[in-house]
Amino acid sequence: MKRTTLDLWVGIFVVAGLGALAVLALKVGNLSTYNMSESYQLQAHFSNIGGLKPQASIKSSGVLVGRVAQISLDPERYEAKVTMTIDKRYQFPKDTFANILTSGLLGEQYIGLIPGGDEAFLKAGDEIKKTQSAVVLEDLISRFLYSKAEDSKQVDKQPN
Amino acid sequence: MIVENLRFLGHRIVNAVWRMGYASRFFMLILFYSGTSFRRFHLTIRELFSSGVMSLIIILVAGTFVGMVLGLQGYETLKRYGSESALGSLVALSLVRELGPVLAALLFASRAGSAMTAEIGLMKATEQISAMEMMAINPMARVVAPRFWAGVISMPLLSALFSAMGVFGGYVVGVVLIGVDEGSFWSQMQAGVDFQHDIVNGMIKSFVFGVAVTAIALFEGYDAPPTAEGVSGATTRTVVESSLTILFLDFILTAFMFQGE
Repeated sequence: MKRTTLDLWVGIFVVAGLGALAVLALKVGNLSTYNMSESYQLQAHFSNIGGLKPQASIKSSGVLVGRVAQISLDPERYEAKVTMTIDKRYQFPKDTFANILTSGLLGEQYIGLIPGGDEAFLKAGDEIKKTQSAVVLEDLISRFLYSKAEDSKQVDKQPN
Repeated sequence: MIVENLRFLGHRIVNAVWRMGYASRFFMLILFYSGTSFRRFHLTIRELFSSGVMSLIIILVAGTFVGMVLGLQGYETLKRYGSESALGSLVALSLVRELGPVLAALLFASRAGSAMTAEIGLMKATEQISAMEMMAINPMARVVAPRFWAGVISMPLLSALFSAMGVFGGYVVGVVLIGVDEGSFWSQMQAGVDFQHDIVNGMIKSFVFGVAVTAIALFEGYDAPPTAEGVSGATTRTVVESSLTILFLDFILTAFMFQGE
């Protein structure tokens, strides 16, 4: 069996196709940005997670340190239980604070970790005790309207 | 009059069901005889050249232009909401999930599928297929199966190339011509596109489309009446049927893959 020019062209075609797939995986997709092989899991309870989704990013000081693995409702506490996968390179103190934040005004929601000052570190399977729920826009607006109404009442009561 | 119409309708339905069964048997026979196309792989290589390599130009050019249009239109729309930086994820997600697999498959159906139908139809019309059977060569193994596997192999590769060229086209229009920030273009893209959820699912889609398009093209060619008119009709049917099948399968697959999150 001889090698032909046909083989060369087909070879170029296959290599180009696989190359395009590699470009898609590394440059377009998130395969290069985060490697799940070396990681550990943490848990946290939130009273409201807003629009947080599985695979949402977990950041500390803006650096991506992990992803949300699973979200479920805790049947005993009636709170959202969020399981997080954190990169093994990063250790966090026991009194780390977990917030649900929004990137930009209408952007995606993510979990921000603010490390505390404790000497001991969180181990795999531990729970982050200090959490703050997502800011729900409707709550903010209703609170704002309520305080406006209070203000105007006080204005009315002032002596003429 | 009514009886005649009813009879005509019944004939059409029975014929369609009959043809469906014949097509299923044909598909099973392709799978059954595909061992040869791997043992004598040079047969498949030759078909890979005529269906895959020859479709490269149209796929690359079409992908670039689709990406450029996406970049322009996406920018115009996103600008209203002040989120031009999301252009990267818009372009990449729409290409990788939908436009890459679907448009590449549509182009493949009209570029390579119609050629396959015409070729096999003409082989049948000029009695080359019967001649093979006379020489105890199984035409399913020698002619049909290599073409099938060449189509199935080249479809995901072509779709990946289409998406990659589309992202490049979107980059050229969005970043180089319009001036969206390059860093946010790529970082939003990487944040928005998930490898398993988006890229792998897109590849699965294009694999399914490859199976559907080549099976339809080969069946129509094999089933074509051995006349000039028959072959031309079969070629037309290949393009129409495979385009409709692609769009229908795309809906089904999308419903399974991306149902709510």
